[in-house]
Amino acid sequence: MAEKMRLEIVTPYKKVVDTEVDEVTATGKLGEFGVLPGHAPFLTSLKIGELAYKNNGLIEHMALNWGYFEIRDDKIIVLVETAETAAEIDVERAKAALGRAEEALKKLTSEDKQHKIYEAALERAIIRMQVAGKGIRK
Amino acid sequence: MASLKSIKKRIVSVKNTRQITKAMKMVSAAKLRRAQENVVAARPYAKKLGEVLQSLTANLEGDLHPLLEKRESKKLLLIVLTSDRGLCGGFNSNLCKAGDRYIKEKKESYEQISVMTVGRKGYEFLKSRYTIYKNFPNVLAKPNYQTAAMLAQEVIDGFIAEEYDQVELLYNSFRTVMTQDITFQQMLPVITEESNISDETPVEFIYEPSVGELLAEILPKNIEVQIFKAMLETVAGEHGARMTAMDSASKNANEMIGKLTLQYNRARQAAITTELMEIISGSESIKG
Repeated sequence: MAEKMRLEIVTPYKKVVDTEVDEVTATGKLGEFGVLPGHAPFLTSLKIGELAYKNNGLIEHMALNWGYFEIRDDKIIVLVETAETAAEIDVERAKAALGRAEEALKKLTSEDKQHKIYEAALERAIIRMQVAGKGIRK
Repeated sequence: MASLKSIKKRIVSVKNTRQITKAMKMVSAAKLRRAQENVVAARPYAKKLGEVLQSLTANLEGDLHPLLEKRESKKLLLIVLTSDRGLCGGFNSNLCKAGDRYIKEKKESYEQISVMTVGRKGYEFLKSRYTIYKNFPNVLAKPNYQTAAMLAQEVIDGFIAEEYDQVELLYNSFRTVMTQDITFQQMLPVITEESNISDETPVEFIYEPSVGELLAEILPKNIEVQIFKAMLETVAGEHGARMTAMDSASKNANEMIGKLTLQYNRARQAAITTELMEIISGSESIKG
């Protein structure tokens, strides 16, 4: 399969990824999905989760904070608040964040405003640790 | 002619000033580079988000979201973005004056115009003229996305609560190091451009979840990004303006030092000449 897609991952701070890929999987709001070249135009929002893209058999995993995913004419644009590759993730920091979030959640009830914030923090930390464990695999 | 000592003193003081302006220029240059990188880095995100929004709203019918609602524009909110610190030439004052003019022009067509300032300089300029609706000083020292999101939330809440029907953003957009463009930008209600790309067949998108839900997330996001971008541009513009201002100040100081040195040397020469004359006339009289 010679066809490839162009993947661009952009955050407000920089363009993180701009590369050719064979396959992308990501976590959408309604669940995980994958796209291959020739996909119909598609726009979805992403939640905190993992994105993986395959290029020449190499899979790279990334941790994303929520954003958008658009594919059109084999061009993928991912707009996210943060995107980190497995190598960039500081596992210690993620662990610490996880601990903090868990502590905070124990004290709060689900009605609290803070609850949501910590829940998101918890989710982010978990995803980061997951992704860090995967790294680049053949 | 001023005395030697007083000229010398002035030269020293001008030199000191030059030292400061030079240092400030260097600092600004360094900060500018970083700020510029940030602006450039943020542009693709803002652009892409705009594109996404465009494709979402292009085939849209009806008001799907409160932020798209076009109410009769009676109350206008003008957000003025300035820097917190001065010494950057006409950077802030030009912007404030433009804002002032704008408000005076529009006074007739709106029932109420409120002003929200971001940055200390804008607040100081405008507070004597208008009542400031809200002021956010010192947020530009370290522009980050969270601040922008916070500001966006304020703006959105006010709009939905109908405290104002229209929101415009006034800021210096960063064009080059030397020039900043004063920019008015309408933020709310969100302008949905008619899809005028007629030669392109509209792409049928699959939306997940529904268009409405996506809009509900993207629209506030778009406001955040716009504010964030404006903040970054203001910061970059500020450093650019300060660098230029300090550069010309240093040049002026150099010129001043040159003139004063010339004056100093002349005075010295004159003093020497008088002294010689005295000696000569003294020795002449002894001989005589």
